Amino acid sequence: MWRVGKVVALHDETSTARTITIEIPDWPGHAAGQHVDVRLTASDGYSAVRSYSIASAPNSERRIELTVERLPKGEVSTYLTQEVAISDRLDFRGPIGGWFVWRTQQIEPIQLIAGGSGIVPLMSMIRSRASAGSTAPFRLLYSVREPGAVFYRDELRALSDKDRSLIVNYVYTRVAPIDSPRQPGRIDAALIANTTWPSNLAPTCYVCGPTPFVESVAGFLSASGNSPNKIRTERFGPTGDRK
Amino acid sequence: MGTISRGFSGRRSSADAQLPPGQYLTTDFPVLSAGPTPHVSLDRWGFTIKEGTDVLRRWDWESFRDLPTESFTADLHCVTRWSKLGTSWEGVSLDRMLAGVKTNSSYAMMHSYGDYFTNLPLVDLMNKQAWIVFRFDGKDLAPEHGGPARLLVPHLYLWKSAKWVSGMTLMHEDKPGFWEGLGYHIYGDPWREQRYSSNQ
Repeated sequence: MWRVGKVVALHDETSTARTITIEIPDWPGHAAGQHVDVRLTASDGYSAVRSYSIASAPNSERRIELTVERLPKGEVSTYLTQEVAISDRLDFRGPIGGWFVWRTQQIEPIQLIAGGSGIVPLMSMIRSRASAGSTAPFRLLYSVREPGAVFYRDELRALSDKDRSLIVNYVYTRVAPIDSPRQPGRIDAALIANTTWPSNLAPTCYVCGPTPFVESVAGFLSASGNSPNKIRTERFGPTGDRK
Repeated sequence: MGTISRGFSGRRSSADAQLPPGQYLTTDFPVLSAGPTPHVSLDRWGFTIKEGTDVLRRWDWESFRDLPTESFTADLHCVTRWSKLGTSWEGVSLDRMLAGVKTNSSYAMMHSYGDYFTNLPLVDLMNKQAWIVFRFDGKDLAPEHGGPARLLVPHLYLWKSAKWVSGMTLMHEDKPGFWEGLGYHIYGDPWREQRYSSNQ
């Protein structure tokens, strides 16, 4: 069933990504990592629907936050990042998905690995852990093109500064900040070995990002001894190797 | 009709008319998998048809590839809302693989390397509706798209077309597979927009 939600806040995360806070009076609640379908409808009845991961932690305020990255020629993402205004009403369906989910009862070590806007459902997990007061050991390895493309930087710093069992590492693929210890480059086996939980801790791994990123990272995690059934993935976009 | 989105006109195209409700057209070939891509070597590949504990049929790669193949084109519809039209495949029809199998079962659970599984009515796997495919666009099927071989049942949402198939188990009663147990529809007809189980 579709539910009507009202836009109550807008916040630009980067030059191409925007966080939209929506109040949905009959929202049934969600688990960290789930997504929603968003439906836009033109005045003649034409409609377009896309799925977006929820960025916010489960809460009792009937609110969700989505962070939407504008895609070139993106029919819905362009509207959501450029047109939508406070008090607009939009249609939502969800929450959806029961696999790429972290629940507060999970106490095992958690390894999160994000590529670009793949951070969004992982941020929901980090926020959910914080708001539930969970002490599950969390590590995030966050791969971005350049410093300006990082979402939620201040919040991630604030959360990890006050909590030793939340460790955040960045990897920059094209442009690294001057104080970065590593040259720009993609995640490789050495980085997985140095900045993720060792596989003998049997972490549950959540990997989200563009398809080639997830393929490569999930392969490194398997190769370093993580069991495939402990690696949960969410991919978006084309494979990049064919039309 | 939904809530009108102020200032939204959309970017519709003439191809939209061929699409099931709620789908959009892509020329990419996106990937949706729950976990890492298994890399299955051909020398340990096998496909088994079972009923209960009885093995009814079994192929290794060589005997599977000795079966007559068919080339065909199909439109693909993913529950995540992309559709890709006119994709070209080569594979062995499940009619061929089920030929001579005597059963009273009405359902099948498809199994994959990497522990994925999905349920289908047996009738949906017969009558030129389903194939075990190993070639896409004239090339061997890439691992991320399900190679060495995957099921293709194009008339249902693509999660039913299990990647990396290893076999099927015939069943008297329908049982939910992996995604079907996680909120997705038990049958998954894109033209009736059967995306999610009714409580979603």
